[in-house]
Amino acid sequence: MTQALSSSANPAGVELHDHRWRGRLDTLLGQGQAAGADLVELFIERTDHLGVLAEQDTITNVSPSFGMGAGIRVFRGHRDGFVSTNDLSDDGLLAALDQALAMLGLQRSAKTLGHFDGLPELHDFAIDKRAWLSQVPSLAETTEALLRGTNQLRRHGQHLQSRRGSYGRDWQEVLGVGRRYGTTDNPDDLRQWDAEAAALDLCQSAGRMLYADYIEAGQFPVVLANRFGGVIFHEACGHLLETTQVERGTTPFAEQVDQPIAHPAVTAIDEGLTGGAFGSIAMDDEGMPSQRTVLIENGVLKRFLSDRAGELRTGHARTGSGRRQSHTFAAASRMRNTFIAAGPHTPEELIGSIDRGLYCKAMGGGSVGPTGQFNFAVEEGYRIEDGQLTSPVKGATLIGEAKEVMPRISMCANDLELAAGFCGSVSGSIFVTVGQPHIKVDSITVGGR
Amino acid sequence: MDNLALDAVALRGRLETLASRQGIRQWDLGAACSTDTSVQVDRGEAKQLKGAQRSSITLRVWNEAGLVGVTSTSDLSDVGLERALIGAHEASAFGNKEETPAFSPLATAPLAPLDQPLHEQRSILELLETLKEAERDLIGRHGAIATVPYNGLAQRSSERIYLNSAGACRQQQLTTASLYLYARAEETGRKPRSSGAVRVAYGAADLDIAGCINEAAERTIAHLNYAPIDTDHYTCVFSPEAFLDLIGAFSSLFNARAILDGISLSSRDSIGEQLAVPLLSIHDNGLHPGNIGASAFDGEGTPTARLCLLEGGVLRNFLHSEATARAFGVQPTGHAGLGAKVSVGPDWFEIGPTPGVSAGQQGLDRFSGAAHSAVGERGLVVIDSLSALHAGVKASQGSFSLPFDGWLIRNGQPQSIESATVAGDIRQVMQGIIGFEGQAKLTPNGLCPWVWIENLSVTGEA
Repeated sequence: MTQALSSSANPAGVELHDHRWRGRLDTLLGQGQAAGADLVELFIERTDHLGVLAEQDTITNVSPSFGMGAGIRVFRGHRDGFVSTNDLSDDGLLAALDQALAMLGLQRSAKTLGHFDGLPELHDFAIDKRAWLSQVPSLAETTEALLRGTNQLRRHGQHLQSRRGSYGRDWQEVLGVGRRYGTTDNPDDLRQWDAEAAALDLCQSAGRMLYADYIEAGQFPVVLANRFGGVIFHEACGHLLETTQVERGTTPFAEQVDQPIAHPAVTAIDEGLTGGAFGSIAMDDEGMPSQRTVLIENGVLKRFLSDRAGELRTGHARTGSGRRQSHTFAAASRMRNTFIAAGPHTPEELIGSIDRGLYCKAMGGGSVGPTGQFNFAVEEGYRIEDGQLTSPVKGATLIGEAKEVMPRISMCANDLELAAGFCGSVSGSIFVTVGQPHIKVDSITVGGR
Repeated sequence: MDNLALDAVALRGRLETLASRQGIRQWDLGAACSTDTSVQVDRGEAKQLKGAQRSSITLRVWNEAGLVGVTSTSDLSDVGLERALIGAHEASAFGNKEETPAFSPLATAPLAPLDQPLHEQRSILELLETLKEAERDLIGRHGAIATVPYNGLAQRSSERIYLNSAGACRQQQLTTASLYLYARAEETGRKPRSSGAVRVAYGAADLDIAGCINEAAERTIAHLNYAPIDTDHYTCVFSPEAFLDLIGAFSSLFNARAILDGISLSSRDSIGEQLAVPLLSIHDNGLHPGNIGASAFDGEGTPTARLCLLEGGVLRNFLHSEATARAFGVQPTGHAGLGAKVSVGPDWFEIGPTPGVSAGQQGLDRFSGAAHSAVGERGLVVIDSLSALHAGVKASQGSFSLPFDGWLIRNGQPQSIESATVAGDIRQVMQGIIGFEGQAKLTPNGLCPWVWIENLSVTGEA
């Protein structure tokens, strides 16, 4: 066998991934298996990104980018080797395969040609991808929408020192896996964006926080608002329900399937099926159709999120949760659309049940340490006094551990909403949705001044 | 060192031909390629073995009206380069008329020599055995250390280029290696504790593996016996790493780009202001020999150089790109990225006492002798490491609220703190420094001694 792959055409120069790749893929898979691999996984990707930034009343940055690459992962037993490359030539792909095989002590043999003929006909899950790029707003349309947004910020927020709006759109084509859908699936998202409503909401929030006092530190009951409030569940608990954490021995819940880990008021779900949600995927990045996975039901742990390696190493069955940012990462068990389910109460009932506490209307970023401690900044907060929202406060940080806080989520409201976000972890930054209704935590440490 | 794909002369030739075909007369380009290998282990077994070959270019084009457009791609073929040129030219129609980048006037100035030995890359299986041994050694240091859940040994061979149509041609090759070990220790009935250490070098053979294991073990074991801390205001002693992290998180104070964008606490007129106590000086020095992996030039080709930011507590200079320097009437300082809107960022901080000024011994004396008993009641808080810097810092407002690992020193006895957050304002911190302790320590992020600061709010977890 020569170094050339069997292909009638070199797809590196063609616009889209299609059946012309089949011969090359058959050869790569066959060569890998002939060398002794249990499984060879190929992830071939082409991307097209546009980022636009408006500041004050000017477009200050337009950043198009495009790229291509491949990730080759070879499994043998419980071990795997992963190599990524931007070189999609025959030599480049074979070199990457050789490197991945060598990581497991395997070597291609000139005598054992190997040929994999098990690939089915290409099933293109994203026929409309060809049209999508022409249907999204043009650059001119995008810049106009952003400037409309920053103009509305000026109109409604005389106190604002800095006004910014940014837009990003990503197009990703993955061979053998599928395409994403979600808000990115709707080419009219930006056209339907209500710039004035968004600006008004931001200006009112910024205006209120301008006159906020620093909150005193202490232990309080807290009500977390719906939508992006779900980021705390995502970070503090969701990540601990990924098999990646089971493998590392860093989740306190590893041995607690079918055991209570949260208050009975809590049911939590991760799924990739909701139409229009940011974390929805037709298939995961290991080729498995997406699923709805109940993580916690009435406080009882039901499932972990698992990918191929997670299933191999921990025994938890795959859940269609193998995800990665791009070809440069091996897939890992990751969340999709993750939320706490709605409960029976109204948000007012939650607030009304507290004599002295904190209402967290908007959450900022946060992190979870290697021992499970989390820390989240409160972007917009208000005191709760005698069951009523009173003065705005700033500088608040919520501190705790999932294992201790989950049993203290005692009330869930009936206003579940989802919010789009990005999650950065072991396999890169991916599109996700977080969400929850208003929830009440009976007691949590609040860092302040 | 492996043979890498970039050939500056050939790339220039291809670009000139393609640009000429498109009628583009002014352009510049930043290109990088690298090969990486890395390993992670888990209790004696390989957890992840990873390799990567990466290449990327960022191309800027000036159109007939002098406006700039940019495009990035990983496709270095002629097809990719031509598509990038066309994309950048199209984007230039939306270039910012208010602030158009130009070539750096220093893009052809001589570069300072850097002593950066190039190392041969080791095989990934050698890296694996080295890391397995390090993990085994670390776990063997204490019965409570059962795992090292976060670990990695990596090596990189890389090359970067800056070219422009006016003749600038910069090229730098580099090899680096890094090791991190974060151990997790747990005793029966107690919460798990974790800490670790990092080392970097020009090659895997030069890594201080024993030092990394020792430091990770010592730090982890030191946190085993923990207790909660009362929420209060304390005098805090920041480790060099923690203080460098804090200053880095507020580097927009020194960033001309952030000032022009209105998101810095400083303004154009801040030069000459007394930002900190007179004993504090800060320099940015990417050329320091301890800065492993230093860049000889920035994204616009400007040479890296040592820059005084704060001297005697007084703000002396800002970090600049070509465009911000032009707006401020100064020279670029070598801190730029590459783009239609060029980012600016620090390289590597040198923090310490102002030459000729006492290192604050007078301030520290208050905590010794008879006066020490007053401190003994409430104690001193030693902040070993800060975390969640991306979430707990509001750089444009100056405030921070950050979880930390550390100790409470009471009556001379250290006690690891169970879980706590330190909060304050960076201006309060810089004005509240009462002294430095010990010699400046060389860390991957800079050079700094231990720093004593008065009256910071610490929240303990109840």
